[in-house]
Amino acid sequence: MIAIDVQKQLGDFTILARFQSQVRGIVALFGQSGSGKTSIINMLAGLLEPDSGRIEIDGRVLFDSEKGINIKIEDRRIGYVFQESRLFPHFSVRSNLNYGRKRAPAGSREIDFDQVIDVLGIGHLLDQKPQTLSGGEKQRVALGRALLANPDILLMDEPLASLDVARKSEILPFFEMVRDSFDVPIIYVSHAIDEIIRLADTLVLLDNGKIAAVGPVEELTSRLDLRRLTGRYDAGSVIPATVEAHDEEYGLTNLSFTGGVLRVPRVKALKGASVRVRIRARDVSLALQKPEGISQINILQGKISEIGSPRNEHDGSPPHDIDICVDIGVPLWVRITRWSLDQMELSEGKEVYALIKSTSIDRQSLGQQAQNMEKIG
Amino acid sequence: MDFLTPIEIEAIRLSLKISFWAMLWSLPLALGTAWVLARYSFPGKFLLDGIIHLPLVLPPVVIGYVLLVLMGRQGVIGGFLYDTFAVSLAFSWRGAAVAAGIMAFPLIVRAIRLSLEAVDQRLEAAARTLGAKPISVFLTITLPLTMPGIIAGAILGFARCLGEFGATITFVSNIPGETQTLPIALYGFSQVPGGEEAAFRIVVISIVIALLALAGSEILARRMQARIGGVS
Repeated sequence: MIAIDVQKQLGDFTILARFQSQVRGIVALFGQSGSGKTSIINMLAGLLEPDSGRIEIDGRVLFDSEKGINIKIEDRRIGYVFQESRLFPHFSVRSNLNYGRKRAPAGSREIDFDQVIDVLGIGHLLDQKPQTLSGGEKQRVALGRALLANPDILLMDEPLASLDVARKSEILPFFEMVRDSFDVPIIYVSHAIDEIIRLADTLVLLDNGKIAAVGPVEELTSRLDLRRLTGRYDAGSVIPATVEAHDEEYGLTNLSFTGGVLRVPRVKALKGASVRVRIRARDVSLALQKPEGISQINILQGKISEIGSPRNEHDGSPPHDIDICVDIGVPLWVRITRWSLDQMELSEGKEVYALIKSTSIDRQSLGQQAQNMEKIG
Repeated sequence: MDFLTPIEIEAIRLSLKISFWAMLWSLPLALGTAWVLARYSFPGKFLLDGIIHLPLVLPPVVIGYVLLVLMGRQGVIGGFLYDTFAVSLAFSWRGAAVAAGIMAFPLIVRAIRLSLEAVDQRLEAAARTLGAKPISVFLTITLPLTMPGIIAGAILGFARCLGEFGATITFVSNIPGETQTLPIALYGFSQVPGGEEAAFRIVVISIVIALLALAGSEILARRMQARIGGVS
């Protein structure tokens, strides 16, 4: 359980962060650049002192301005993976990995050196100097170094931000493996929603220094009122599903979810595995009658539950397209033109068919669902 | 060492000894001063910076004279040292080490400060999150990364000490076997008729020592750079 209630004034910028969450798996701290994400985890780590407030992790008070508690950085037992790897240039990879490990207090839960090397695939780099490593390798070593210090919690500040797209997709699986192999809760800071949907269970949405919402990733990314923060272009629904069967002949997989079955291109996951399906609003279209003789294989019946505002949130002008939420057992977001909305005379409660053009599977693992998260205030 | 005269041997020995002791006291103090100047901001910092740089801009004789006034047996500091520890700095090799160290001080501080300012403080923060206490961070991260500057400062300072003349001769005079370093011996020979040959020999000795020191520092610097590597 992590409980944060801090206040910090940085020039004109005010950070007012107040939330608590059960930390299981990965909690993502998401917000645009300059929304205060890094400042908040720096306060957790002790690198930045809040003006006032309280920070508690698993019953351990790290900071309490009223009681005058401010645990030193080195005593907080918080691992930190920085955006720039911050490996020590005068040490070998092995010495970097051992730096925190040999300073971990005796009796703390031991994370196995060989297992970390193995999971991160850095065994062949041990005797090299950091400056000879690639960007991706550096981040893997930095992750290993933080893990081996046996932290109670691991903070990651946009660890992929300095890497190009190819490197990112090369590294993401390592983060997933770390999440699944070691029992260390992670707070992951990012402004890339795709990374978060892939990695995280719980989402903490930040807006201009304040907490806008806390909740499961699926729920928050589907909420229309948070669309401004979660991003519009890639807006869509995240649906939890289970692998039901593989259709080897056509190379398809049946995924079952609360509202029925989705047929998607063959997923590399075992039967029964839970996955996360991401369907972008612009990849779904609507029909009033069940279409016949159509190439789309995923046609789902549902009822319109919400229609987005016909006003542009920035200047109040009418936009050319509108987001509509269709309840197909789970909320499914659809983006259609305003013209279609009027032509089809759509309104809340109306029965429609959703035609899904494409899907993407964002997560092929069995990460635990975050439980018991709440937003206070 | 048959090719060296006893006076020359004595002068070389004294030069090295005085320079060594000068470095021994000024190097740690310079490191501390550089740390304060590089890491802290406080009222009067400008003044401290100026005072440290005085030996670089004042005529060395002025420094020597001030030392004589302050540290002579009748001086404020010198009198205290003599009464309390029975130590006299004026006209002794110890005084020469004090004078040489003061003259070299600004050079050492500058070299270390530059290097210290180049150390990425984010690495220090990372070390803290890995459980290292501040003193441990200093010893394992800051100090090794500042080492090229410390070595450069030490070499520069040592060379400055070997060549120190003005402040030394003013403060501790020219006493063979006590304060007669190479430059002072050279000055002495140049002042007496027929001393040209002896003076020339000291010039050659000085050049040889300087070249050896340069070669040594080059090797040291390369080894250091290889150990630390580039900036990550």
